[in-house]
Amino acid sequence: MSRPRGPTATALAAVGGLALALLVVIPVLALITRAPWSSAADILGEPANRTALRLSVQVSLWALVLSVALGFPIAWVLARVPFPGRRVVRALITLPMVVPPVVGGVALLVAFGRRGLVGQWLNRWFDIQLAYTTTAAVLAATFVSLPFFVVTVEAALRGVDRRYEDAARTLGASPGTVLRRVTLPSIRGALAAGSALAWARALGEFGATITFAGSFAGRTQTMPLAINKALDTDVRDAILLSLVLLGVSVTVLASLRDRWLGAA
Amino acid sequence: MTLSLAGRARAGDFILQVELAAEAGETVAVLGPNGAGKTTLLRALCGLLPLETGRVELDGRVLDDPARRMFVPTEARSIGVVFQDLLLFSTLDVADNVAFGLRASRVRRAEARSQAVAWLDRVGLADRAGADVRDLSGGESQRVALSRALAPGPRALLLDEPLAALDVEVRGTVRRELRDHLAIHAGPCVLITHDPLDAAVLADRVVVLEGGRITATGALADLVARPRTAWAAELGGTNLLPAQARGSTLALNDGGAIIAAEPPGNGPVLVAIRPAAVALHRTRPEGSPRNVWEGTVAAVEGFGERVRVRVEGQVPLVAEVTTAAVADLGLVVGERIWISLKATEVSAYPA
Repeated sequence: MSRPRGPTATALAAVGGLALALLVVIPVLALITRAPWSSAADILGEPANRTALRLSVQVSLWALVLSVALGFPIAWVLARVPFPGRRVVRALITLPMVVPPVVGGVALLVAFGRRGLVGQWLNRWFDIQLAYTTTAAVLAATFVSLPFFVVTVEAALRGVDRRYEDAARTLGASPGTVLRRVTLPSIRGALAAGSALAWARALGEFGATITFAGSFAGRTQTMPLAINKALDTDVRDAILLSLVLLGVSVTVLASLRDRWLGAA
Repeated sequence: MTLSLAGRARAGDFILQVELAAEAGETVAVLGPNGAGKTTLLRALCGLLPLETGRVELDGRVLDDPARRMFVPTEARSIGVVFQDLLLFSTLDVADNVAFGLRASRVRRAEARSQAVAWLDRVGLADRAGADVRDLSGGESQRVALSRALAPGPRALLLDEPLAALDVEVRGTVRRELRDHLAIHAGPCVLITHDPLDAAVLADRVVVLEGGRITATGALADLVARPRTAWAAELGGTNLLPAQARGSTLALNDGGAIIAAEPPGNGPVLVAIRPAAVALHRTRPEGSPRNVWEGTVAAVEGFGERVRVRVEGQVPLVAEVTTAAVADLGLVVGERIWISLKATEVSAYPA
C-alpha cells in the first residue's frame, strides 16, 4: 500500500533524480564509454601502472591497520572515559574530515619534514627522514582516514548496552575478555563499516599525499597520483586507471555491505 | 559458607543501608517495592557497585571493605547472577552462552562446550545447544541464564527478578522449575523480587527492603500475618492500623478504638486485621461482637469467588466477603453499612 504522491514528493524526487544523473550516473558512464577498451590490456600491463596499483593497495592497507590500531583506543576512551575537554578532543579528531587534504599535507610537512617542528629532531637524532617516502604516504593516508574509523566506532561503543558487560564480569571474565568476547562482537558491524570507510578514504587520498610525500613512481605515487600524472600525458591511461580504482572500491564496499552491514 | 553485606552503598542520590546474610543452601528473598534499592543491593553484592562504608564477605573472605581499602572486582568474586532481563549474549549460541564462564576461567573450548551441554541436559535443554538464543522461549531463556550462572561453579548465586521478564501465563510453571533447578546450587542464594509469590515458592526466608532500609525479616507467613509497614500489609491484603494500647483498648492513631481479646501490652502497637475476619451487615448487628462501627462503602473489587469491600468511616477497613454476600447485602459504592469484628480476630503487636 503506497500513498499517492503529492507535488512535494514529485518535486523532491525530480531534483534527487537529476542530481543522481548529473553527479554519478553520467560521469561514470562517461568513464566507461570513453575508456580505451581495445588497448586496456596493454595499459594495465605497463609496469608503471601495476606498480601504482600495488603501491595503492599497500599504502591503503597500512593506513587501515594504523587507523584501527590507533583509532580503537581513541574511540574507546572518547566513548567510555569521561574527562574534561572530551568535546574538544572529539572535535580535534574529526578535524581531518573537514580540513582540505592539501592543508593536512602542508601541516604534516612542517611537522615531520626535514626541517619540520619534529622532523628536524628525527633527522638529527635518529637520521630519519619521513617526507617523500612511502611511510609519508602511509601517514598522509592515515591522517585523513583515521577519523572515519574513530567516529563510526565511538558512536557504536556509546550505544553498547553495558549490562551485557556486567553479566560477563559476573561470569568471571576479565576486562580484556569482556572486550574481546562481548563488546567487540556486539559492535562488529560498526568495526567493519568504520574500516571500510577508512580504507576507502585512504585508497582515494590525493592532496595530503602529494604535498607531504610527493609523486615518486614506485615510492609514493599511488593510483590517484598516477592518474593525475597520466592526465598530463595520455588521458586514456587516466580513464582506465580511474575505472580500476572505481572498480576496486565498489567491489570491496559492496561485498562488505552484504557481509556485515546488512542490505539496507 | 555465608554471603553477607553490612554497610552503606550509594547510587546517585539514593542511599542503601542494610545488613543482610545468607547461609549455604539457604535462599533469602529480598522483597520490596520498585525503587526500594533491590538492584543497588544486588550490584553491591556482586561488586558492580563498591560500598561507601561497611563490608561484603563470602565464605569468610572479604570482598569489599573500604575502610581497609579492600575490593575484589566482580570477575574475581565467584558470585553468579541471573539478571532481570537475562542478558544472554546474542552473538553466541546457547551452549557457548553457558560455556562463557568456563571459557573465561581458561577451560579449553571443547571441554567447556561439553560441560555446557551437560548443564543444558540437566535443565532439559540438551537439544537446544546449538540454537540461537533469540529463538528461545521465555522459559527456555531463563533456564539458559541459570545454567550460564551456575556452570562456572559460583560460591554464591544472585537472582534479580528472575521471572519478571516472562509472560504471566508461563510464570507459574517456570517458577516451579526454577525451584527445582535451584537445588543444584549448594551455596547461599539471594533472590531479589517484588513478587511475594516468588518469595513464597523459592525462598526460605524473607527480608523486606523499603526506601533503602530493611523494614522486616522472617518467614513470609509471619510477615504477612504481622506486617510492619503499609507495603508489607498490602502484600497479604491485610488491614494495618497504628494504635496506642491501653489494656485491651487500642486507640487508633487516626481516631476510633478497637477492642482486642489479648492485650498486647501498653504503648504504641500495630493492629493487623485479616479482611476475611471483617463482617458486613445491613443493620446494626445484635449479639456479642464488641467492635461495631458504621461506615460508607468506598470500593468493591472482585477476586474470583471473593470480593474485597473497602469501607470508609471512623475505622477504615477492607472486608473480604463472598460474591453471594455482595448480592444479599446489596453492596453499592456510597451505601451506609455496618462493620463488626470479633475481638479474637484482632492481632496487635508492639510497633
